[in-house]
Amino acid sequence: MNSSFAVPAVALVVVATVLVGAFGLRVSRTTSDFYVASRTVGPRLNAAAISGEYLSAASFLGIAGLVLVQGPDMLWYPVGYTAGYLLLLLFVAAPLRRSGAYTLPDFAEARLASQAVRRLAGAFVVGVGWLYLLPQLQGAGLTLTVLTGAPDWLGGVIVALVVTATVAAGGMRSITFVQAFQYWLKLTALLVPALFLILAWQADGAPARAFEEPAAFREHRTVRVQDALALKLERPLTVTVHGTVDGRPHHGTRLLLPAGTHRIDAGTRLSFAPGTPVPAAAGPGADDALSPSRAESRTERPLYATYGLILATFLGTMGLPHVVVRFYTSPHGVAARRTTVAVLGLIGAFYLLPPVYGALGRLYAPELTLTGDADAAVLLLPDRMIGGLGGDLLGALVAGGAFAAFLSTASGLTMAVAGVLTQDVLPARGVRHFRLGTLLAMAVPLAASVLVGGLPVADAVGLAFAVSASSFCPLLVLGIWWRRLTPPGAAAGMLVGGGSALLAVTATMAGFPGGGGAPHALLAWPALWSVPLGFLTMVLVSLATPGRVPPGTAAVLARFHLPEDLRTEATV
Amino acid sequence: MSGFLAGLCVAVLPLLAAGFWLGRRTARPESLGGLGTPVEHATFQTLHTASLAAPPLRAGLTEETARRSARKLRSLLGTDALCLTGTKEVLVWDGVGAHHRTEIMERLAGPLETGRGEAFRLTCDTPDCSVRWAVVTPLTVDDRVHGALVACAPRESAVLVRAAGEVARWVSVQLELADLDQSRTRLIEAEIKALRAQISPHFIFNSLAVIASFVRTDPERARELLLEFADFTRYSFRRHGDFTTLADELHAIDHYLALVRARFGDRLAVTLQIAPEVLPVTLPFLCLQPLVENAVKHGLEGKSDQCHIQITAQDAGAEALVVIEDDGAGMDPALLRRILAREVSPSGGIGLSNVDDRLRQVYGDEHALVIETAVGAGMKITVRLPKYQPGVHPAARPARA
Repeated sequence: MNSSFAVPAVALVVVATVLVGAFGLRVSRTTSDFYVASRTVGPRLNAAAISGEYLSAASFLGIAGLVLVQGPDMLWYPVGYTAGYLLLLLFVAAPLRRSGAYTLPDFAEARLASQAVRRLAGAFVVGVGWLYLLPQLQGAGLTLTVLTGAPDWLGGVIVALVVTATVAAGGMRSITFVQAFQYWLKLTALLVPALFLILAWQADGAPARAFEEPAAFREHRTVRVQDALALKLERPLTVTVHGTVDGRPHHGTRLLLPAGTHRIDAGTRLSFAPGTPVPAAAGPGADDALSPSRAESRTERPLYATYGLILATFLGTMGLPHVVVRFYTSPHGVAARRTTVAVLGLIGAFYLLPPVYGALGRLYAPELTLTGDADAAVLLLPDRMIGGLGGDLLGALVAGGAFAAFLSTASGLTMAVAGVLTQDVLPARGVRHFRLGTLLAMAVPLAASVLVGGLPVADAVGLAFAVSASSFCPLLVLGIWWRRLTPPGAAAGMLVGGGSALLAVTATMAGFPGGGGAPHALLAWPALWSVPLGFLTMVLVSLATPGRVPPGTAAVLARFHLPEDLRTEATV
Repeated sequence: MSGFLAGLCVAVLPLLAAGFWLGRRTARPESLGGLGTPVEHATFQTLHTASLAAPPLRAGLTEETARRSARKLRSLLGTDALCLTGTKEVLVWDGVGAHHRTEIMERLAGPLETGRGEAFRLTCDTPDCSVRWAVVTPLTVDDRVHGALVACAPRESAVLVRAAGEVARWVSVQLELADLDQSRTRLIEAEIKALRAQISPHFIFNSLAVIASFVRTDPERARELLLEFADFTRYSFRRHGDFTTLADELHAIDHYLALVRARFGDRLAVTLQIAPEVLPVTLPFLCLQPLVENAVKHGLEGKSDQCHIQITAQDAGAEALVVIEDDGAGMDPALLRRILAREVSPSGGIGLSNVDDRLRQVYGDEHALVIETAVGAGMKITVRLPKYQPGVHPAARPARA
């Protein structure tokens, strides 16, 4: 696609981020404005900031890509990403705020008065943060590749550098206004092009095609296969080939491929005539492709996969480190609840848009399922459907929004991870150590993103949610609502639940065990067993160590649950 | 295959980090065991076991601490069973023969009363019970008996009696230290109570004088100022809670500045730069207002023209950074150091050293005041407030009238 507008748009977003980080957006006031200057952040502004930081590459690009490839089943992703806040609202928001904790390790210490549990929680914050940063960097790489044809890793490196520099320099920490603005920027960047795309679709005669039917090419299209793949055909297919099919080289030959599986080598160009149904990629042709196997287990066991996804996203949101720290900005528990309600509205509105792109992508860019770049659908559609200057401008808007998504989420996560690394893992304190922590927080996912490629962005985020749901959800829910929780119980529950989810996730990312089947599905969607396991371990070990209930538990729980105004009577 | 390797790397990195951390945490002087003669080795072992048993006991004699130290104490004595009791009941029984609990408690009444140890034979119906003899040594702190250490053995042994006596004396010393810790904590609490909320009497006189001067000329202004004064004193004199939020403290500073401005008019210019994210941060009650008062005093001191004060509160990750800066007379750093060390008493109030002491007590020495100043160069005071600190919770806002 034409990048003459998109690249400046991305550059603009990056430069604006650096400048805001360097100079800040603080307004000096004189004493007459004292009340304005010392007004706390209102629920709506804070909600926009939470949403701005939360809506990541997975939301911006990933959901549309999954809907494009696998159809309406994938709508569970936006539902889950949103509904997590409902559970957060019901069970966690206000007590968490009243606990006075800034981070999740703070909460563990406030509730259980145990340094060991605090450190363990810190380790899981770092783990979840790294898992969540990984897809952000991959998404950035993909965006830049689509825009300019730059190598895969470049976008990730740019985002990593910008975020590390601004966070380490002390800027872009958690400036509420900036993050709130990011939300509106992301919404605009998806909403405006979506409106134009829908108009274009209307002008096209509003073609509709049921999701059950295979997607078909609407015009003559040439597809370049980037990674070797196996093509599974149920009916014979006529195609013009430049490259290698089934081990035989062709140069512009028109081939009739019989039904069955065909191996297409990397770099092959296939030209399809209008009306040809899009063939389905059966799986990786090469050994090291990772993503399709997870999708495969989803098609094999859709019910299990869907429930795994629902549990992970519903329960995982409350353990996301960059979301939790934002609740500290609310002045009290009630404001924290109001904030969460507003977040539900804002995020819900945003998530109406990605499925639109997914559905339109299925109509207008079906070949993306073949090339493995389905996540790029959002970026490609404006050019594909509108074209010309308008298409370029809209494409630039989308690209800018996508980069804003990577930068805001990545900086929030890096802040949270670096904070925990500095405070609980690295030896001593000080500014220099915070910079070291920032470097470490970004270096690990960057290295991993270069090494582990190819997991769809939304899927990778789902794995981070699974770990968070298995470790922090039991800690928060039981910590807030169950007075018999003990430090050994909390530690064991986090280790068993979160640890097993982490192992499963790592195994899945490493492509082990390959070849689908029940074990693979169990590892690819761990939440369904690891969350109950975490809860169960936490409860059983706590019950087995009744002597270890921390002494001040009753007072701590009273503080969590009593509104702040009643606290005077309760404590004096 | 490369994908698998990459995944393996991702898996191994956190594990390595965890292992490194655990290793660092659990590094114990066992590594010294290889050095020296067997006698030295045994000495090391004994001292090491003793040092492991010490930390729990430093928290006083409770069921929890007894449980955590009993095993170490038993390995120190090398007996089959060891029991720690309070004055009323058995706190922990480590080792075999736990069915002797009640019997031991009955036989303990004497030693607990007199504070003298004794050894006696236990009656037991179980034929293969290896607990036949018990050596009882009371644990005393300041001549008061807190409990007893009971070591059980299959037969009478003079060595065990001596050893149990020594161990009991060592435990008593730990308990005495625990007692000392407690009194130190109480002292600090008392000090915090004594230190809190000292608004300067000069300020009250001056404010009332200013208000009085407006009563005839501008009654409306006088009324407003009186209300500001009422708000400020209500905040300063409130009784409950040692902590407040930054937002409340800033409001109090606002009331204070309104009163000061009424007195000095245009000579005082104040600029604020407050990050709204840090307003909910909890901090010791009245710990910024004295700093602003200090800035006002230094800013106007010996200057006839305008004084400028800047108050900044920034978000800095897990901390809030509060800076109060004036362009006034400044101070000789050496003198300031002596004032903070309480070697000389400053001319007006004890604001700075009071705030410094409280910050150190609440957050530790690394969160003390940082003051940059020189004669004639103004003064810049930086406070770093952690967003979360165990035990620091704001009191509820007093109901507004």
